[in-house]
Amino acid sequence: MSKRKLPTQKGLSRRAFLKTTGAAVSAGVVSGAAAELLNAQSTAKNKVAGPGEVPITLRVNGETHNLNVEPRVTLLDALRDRLDLTGAKKVCDRGTCGTCTVLVDGKAAYACSMLAIDAQGREILTIEGLAPEGELHPISAAFVENDAQQCGFCTPGFVMACKAYLDRNPNPTEAQAKKALGGNLCRCGTYIGVRAAVLDAAARMKGGR
Amino acid sequence: MASEKWPEAGKRSLIGKRVTRLDGAVKSTGRAKYTYDVNRKGMLHGKLVFSPHAHAKIVSIDTSAAEKMPGVKAVQLMIEPGKEVLWQGQEILALAAETEEQARDAARAVKIRFEKLPHFVADAPPEKAGQHQTALAEQVTGNPDQGFKEAEVTSEGTYGCPVITHCCLEAHGQVAEWEGDTLRVWASTQNVSGISGELVDGLKAGGVEVPASNVQILTPVMGGGFGSKFGADTWGVACAQLAKKAGRPVKMMLERDHELMAAGARPSIYARVRVGAKKDGTLTAWSSESWGTGGIGPAGNPNLPYVFTRIPNRRSRHTRVETNTGPARAWRAPNHPQMCLITMSALEDLAAQLPMDPLDFFLKNLPFVIPERAETYRQELVKGAELMEWKKKWHSRGDKTPGPIKRGLGLSIHTWGGGGHSSNCNCTIRPDGSVEVFLGSQDLGTGTRTVIAMVAAETLGLPVSAVKVNIGDSKFPPSGASGGSTTVGGVSASTRRATTRALNELLAKVAPALGVTPDKLEAACGTIRVAGDPTKAIAWHQACAKLGTAAITASGQRAPRGPDELISSGVGGIQMAEVAVDVETGVVKIEKLVAVQDCGLVINPKTAESQIYGAMIMGVGYALYEEKLMDETTGRCLNPDMEFYKLAGIGDVGNMVVHFMTGPGYDERGVIGLGEPPVISPGAAISNAVANAIGARVPTIPLTPDKVLAALEKVPRSALNDSSLRSEQEGGAA
Ligand code: FES
Ligand code: FES
Repeated sequence: MSKRKLPTQKGLSRRAFLKTTGAAVSAGVVSGAAAELLNAQSTAKNKVAGPGEVPITLRVNGETHNLNVEPRVTLLDALRDRLDLTGAKKVCDRGTCGTCTVLVDGKAAYACSMLAIDAQGREILTIEGLAPEGELHPISAAFVENDAQQCGFCTPGFVMACKAYLDRNPNPTEAQAKKALGGNLCRCGTYIGVRAAVLDAAARMKGGR
Repeated sequence: MASEKWPEAGKRSLIGKRVTRLDGAVKSTGRAKYTYDVNRKGMLHGKLVFSPHAHAKIVSIDTSAAEKMPGVKAVQLMIEPGKEVLWQGQEILALAAETEEQARDAARAVKIRFEKLPHFVADAPPEKAGQHQTALAEQVTGNPDQGFKEAEVTSEGTYGCPVITHCCLEAHGQVAEWEGDTLRVWASTQNVSGISGELVDGLKAGGVEVPASNVQILTPVMGGGFGSKFGADTWGVACAQLAKKAGRPVKMMLERDHELMAAGARPSIYARVRVGAKKDGTLTAWSSESWGTGGIGPAGNPNLPYVFTRIPNRRSRHTRVETNTGPARAWRAPNHPQMCLITMSALEDLAAQLPMDPLDFFLKNLPFVIPERAETYRQELVKGAELMEWKKKWHSRGDKTPGPIKRGLGLSIHTWGGGGHSSNCNCTIRPDGSVEVFLGSQDLGTGTRTVIAMVAAETLGLPVSAVKVNIGDSKFPPSGASGGSTTVGGVSASTRRATTRALNELLAKVAPALGVTPDKLEAACGTIRVAGDPTKAIAWHQACAKLGTAAITASGQRAPRGPDELISSGVGGIQMAEVAVDVETGVVKIEKLVAVQDCGLVINPKTAESQIYGAMIMGVGYALYEEKLMDETTGRCLNPDMEFYKLAGIGDVGNMVVHFMTGPGYDERGVIGLGEPPVISPGAAISNAVANAIGARVPTIPLTPDKVLAALEKVPRSALNDSSLRSEQEGGAA
């Protein structure tokens, strides 16, 4: 298999991930707002959030959302089930396929592999925030034009991964475009179109088209 | 009068043009609402409890604790205690709760006592399958013994493909919502018009009566099916039952592990093959003993040999092995990729033994394919060879280039029927000029929606954007399930007829204004005009205004079966692969794949091309990576996830070239489907290319590094001109 981009939290089971978060809390590493919220929810002795719902605040597509979720709820489930932002898809739910890709502080992240409580204080961009409804972001336009989609279930993840990639590397070579977006899987087999779309999107974003 | 026949080549305004997918924007902006994305007010989340065992008797099911869990609103048994479960993943019970997390907790709290029973999950040959097998009758044609006597060269080998899964990215599932006694179901299905009957029956068996007319299936978009989404499924019925009990909508999508265990698998097929030919390459005899498992059911009976079905003397026999694994479902071109791999590998091995360039060998033996297809294959092989630069690149078995990277070429030939399923289309033309078509069909991502719009717009002389296509709703005129490459034939025929009939009604209304009889009129360039005299024209909107207040509605059909002059069936295609194999690591890299395919009249080359790319990419997946692994001791699936059930990634697929056989001799056959054919050959072409590269056959796909290295063990050093490499390996430096 080709080398895939490592997800933000690859290799951690959710349980292990929770433990890590817990450890971070007691070590006082979690950033201000998150730590405060966690502390507010935990008993005096054990600084543990949950297992019941806790209030959290998420910044998504430039808007602030207050919601109540159990600490184990992933960012992906919070987006999809609580905020009805269903562009990010759930497929493997464990950091393998990339269909849930969103941008967290500008970097591509697998939303299934990050807890919603841990996404607090960070700027989350989902595909819905890429362009206003009814408008096409140049990357989306490149995917349409190059037929980089069939069923389209993987497409939002590819588009967001492409955004993160081009933000980092606005001038990919053809050889790079061939392997870029290796962190996303497509079952319909749209990679030939995706490669073309990456190059085309790069050109469009520079106003080349 | 406009004719229903397809316009001739020079007169097509849209058919054959590269039209961009109509639902591209809604998908690439994340706004498309798949079943998985449907969030209804008050909706509950469903979860399934399934058997962890491959074979067991259910002693008791205790849901009392689960029912008391927070958020739980309904529980539905799917199998009674006392009954047996026959594979890991078989559904036992469904429940619904306020949140997905609560539903998952509750599912874990269900207490089921099993009495484990002996299981058999091995993908084993008959001699190791004990009583778990059914031998089918031997098929004999000609005199195989005599045929082998006449052979001057014979080759023997074992070839095969393991069980693989569909792994649709959108899991199987649905959202069910009741409103009084009507049921609305958003379903991820390939069969919008067909599943309500099954739902009605399933509900009735559970004591809920609902007339089929009260059931609506909605599938505006769906995230992949590949043959695994034709039925309502047990979980579809359970979801509707839960929604009824709870009085609230319920969403139930399979989790990925369950999806891979239970929601579709392609049967394995293996075969011991013997094949003989004259020194000049002419085939004389074939014999094969094949076996394979379709899980618990009877799927996967091959017809061998494949494509070269007229080898004069042949014998074949198949044994079905029954295992306690999830049932097989149609997987894109059922049985064909397996039959293709077995046949084309055996023939390529024989060619290598002769020795003969397989391209010449396949060309030589075209008299043994069905006569209607021989010339197509010849032209395709010639075209493919040109695109691959076959004659320049091909070498005999075993790449003698120094160094660890060995290159090779392989080819394969395939066939498929296709045709058109039954389909009904309604077309409405309104006085304001707007046009709508309605079909109870679905777009799996193949571009069906776009093709329908193109056919309608072509007929009416309008741009694609002037036609509104309504599909994905069982309330629309019924259309067949999307399977077997039959959709484009069905919907293009029904749409062509419905729109032609609607147009003819319009022409009759407009004719007086243009001072001619309707038969002198045509629709073109956004006008209704006198054929041959574009100056006598009236703009489409003005023409439609003559309808007054009454819209036109006309319907068209693709007859349920039998021939239809607009469509056809039966195609041939060839594929060629170029690979690079690292003989130190066993890793196979795809350099280039070439597909040459006929599919009659190509409506939209842009989406058709994507379908071939997609098929070849799926082919790379099953050729190199995919295998559903079962643990014989526990009876469980070892890789029900996407880390270890591996799909091809973007860096794995090499360069791809697609060529359609179109023009005279092809177009006039009418429309033929394309979903299946190009997925058939990749495994065989890639396997043959690897054999050509390393000088040995890797008997079974996927061609994983361990198997490649094992095959290399049998290759004499001289064959690969890599004595240095071998001695290094022997010295332990590898
Ligand atoms: S769903 Fe998040 S990586 Fe697959
Ligand atoms: S387009 Fe269907 S999974 Fe990528």
